[in-house]
Amino acid sequence: MSALEKTVAQERTDQPVLELEECGKSYGNVHALRGVNIKVRQGEVTCVLGDNGAGKSTLIKIVAGLHDYTEGTMKIDGIVRSFNSPRVAQQLGIATVYQDLALAPLMAVWRNFFLGNEVRKGLFLDTDHMKKVCGEELTKMGIVIPDLDRPVGSLSGGQRQVIAIARAVYFGARVIILDEPTAALGVKQSGVVLKYIVKARDAGLGVIFITHNPHHAFLVGNHFIILKLGRVVLDAHRDELTLEQLTGEMAGGQELDELSHELSGVDPGKVVPPAEVDHGAIAAPVIDPEELAEIAEEEQEDK
Amino acid sequence: MTTVTAAPADDRVGSRSLLSTILARPEVGALIGAIAVALLFFAVAPAFRSIDNIGTILYGSSAIGIMAVGVALLMIGGEFDLSAGVAVTTSGLVAAETAWYFGLNVWVGIFAALVVSLAIGLFNGWLLHITGLPSFLVTLGTFFVLQGVNLAMTRMIAGGVSSSTITDIDGFESARKVFASSFAIGGITIKIPVVYWIVLTILGSLLLLKTKYGNWIFAVGGDSAAARAVGVPVVVTKIALFMGVGFCAWLLGMHLLFEFNTVQSGQGVGNEFIYIISAVIGGCLLTGGYGSVVGASIGALIFGMTQLGITYAGWNPDWFKTFLGVMLIGSVLVNMWVKRKAEGR
Repeated sequence: MSALEKTVAQERTDQPVLELEECGKSYGNVHALRGVNIKVRQGEVTCVLGDNGAGKSTLIKIVAGLHDYTEGTMKIDGIVRSFNSPRVAQQLGIATVYQDLALAPLMAVWRNFFLGNEVRKGLFLDTDHMKKVCGEELTKMGIVIPDLDRPVGSLSGGQRQVIAIARAVYFGARVIILDEPTAALGVKQSGVVLKYIVKARDAGLGVIFITHNPHHAFLVGNHFIILKLGRVVLDAHRDELTLEQLTGEMAGGQELDELSHELSGVDPGKVVPPAEVDHGAIAAPVIDPEELAEIAEEEQEDK
Repeated sequence: MTTVTAAPADDRVGSRSLLSTILARPEVGALIGAIAVALLFFAVAPAFRSIDNIGTILYGSSAIGIMAVGVALLMIGGEFDLSAGVAVTTSGLVAAETAWYFGLNVWVGIFAALVVSLAIGLFNGWLLHITGLPSFLVTLGTFFVLQGVNLAMTRMIAGGVSSSTITDIDGFESARKVFASSFAIGGITIKIPVVYWIVLTILGSLLLLKTKYGNWIFAVGGDSAAARAVGVPVVVTKIALFMGVGFCAWLLGMHLLFEFNTVQSGQGVGNEFIYIISAVIGGCLLTGGYGSVVGASIGALIFGMTQLGITYAGWNPDWFKTFLGVMLIGSVLVNMWVKRKAEGR
């Protein structure tokens, strides 16, 4: 990022860093995302919720620069941009932590941490410096890996998640996109990740938190957007919403009502005494052993 | 957020002992193999013990090792090059025929060969990128194309199966000095490709372990989607690796041309596997993302020692290929065993 861009960004902190206007993406005749309006401001957590197939991944890919959008506009600092590679997005200060974490499993922790942003001293890599920074950043996140030369593949899922987030925060200047960071984690490690989201917000970053868990979202979010079948169905600030409403909207409001109506007859509290279950019965055919021997002989002769 | 949790209490990832850290290096298996092969031939072949033969063994190894460096880097980057063997021959033929047919200085031919060799690598990488096919298929295609071109073009231009004589063309002597001279150190005659091999090994190893490009090579081989997502130029990296193989093929091709004054157009078929096997013996994973340049060079050394050791021991050289097969499987097993021991969980 050039110095000029940096000053511009600092002047417009009240302005959205990232703004999508009627943005959409079609794969051939499949409209994965249509008419999405999102404003991401620095120092705010914008939560994007949606069920599987709602278009969350497509949205991330557009913002992260993996795919270009096909409709509408995307503005960074008020300037219309379209990314043709993730590198461009990164240079504009948009860092992404993917669901699959984008870590190469056989590579050492520190090599993964600095992948694409390697620090050099003269002609060669400054290994000592990189290991030091990597260790410090991971310690800040609450994990200690004594041997940073270990391949990432040998660490636990939570540790890998933390490496990916720490990396994005360390290099991502202004906007960080987290793709379901808590989906594969237990309660405690989810808590760590949520705290780190808050910390990133307090540091002045714009956070886009993609999730399908309204409880996690409501703990940290300032602004909520719910996607369904590629469209925005809810776009509300924290003041306009309660957790119940968010959960209801997320589960599909009316659909949930219908579902609870259907399930009302099942009487979930009921306990049924154990009973004999009538299994179907098919008698195995009984073959005379002599007959069997004859068949075997015939088969032998055929050969 | 002060301290997040009682994190330092997470003691599941302990530090490793120095020994297991050393054993976890990818080239350790190859080194053990090389020592074993050396000891074997030391015991059974008296000629192997002669100090004069060190130069011969190193020379034999260098003919494989020069290519093994490029091929190992490519394999760590997650791709194969089956056209590497015939590309060496192509390079030699281009140099000889360009100089002879157009009556130009030999150095012009050498330069033309370099361009063609790099172009073959570029083509392989580009075709891989636009078709999305596995490199095994793409380079198998190139392998056959080059094999045919080598035979047909040589017959068209030189009217036979070997390249035209260029010994009397300007620049031959100076080119010979560069690519096929030799010198003596302490009674051992060292041929110049040995020097190239060692230099390439050092440069390749530095590139892989000490530069950001090395980091990119590991990443595109280990998980190219992940590499792309963090901004590594995956396509450019892979194309550069194929062109690296092209460069190595050019270097070896030039040596063979000026060492033997002529190149047979059918040469080189089957050598691609020897290069790949050297890299595998040296600890490169067939799936990419892991390996070592030094290991591949040690793999080449094992080949060189075996090739000559069998002759020195007075065994029937027919057994060479069998020995290689056993070596290959044995070294892969040793690599796996050492790796599991070192990572031991």
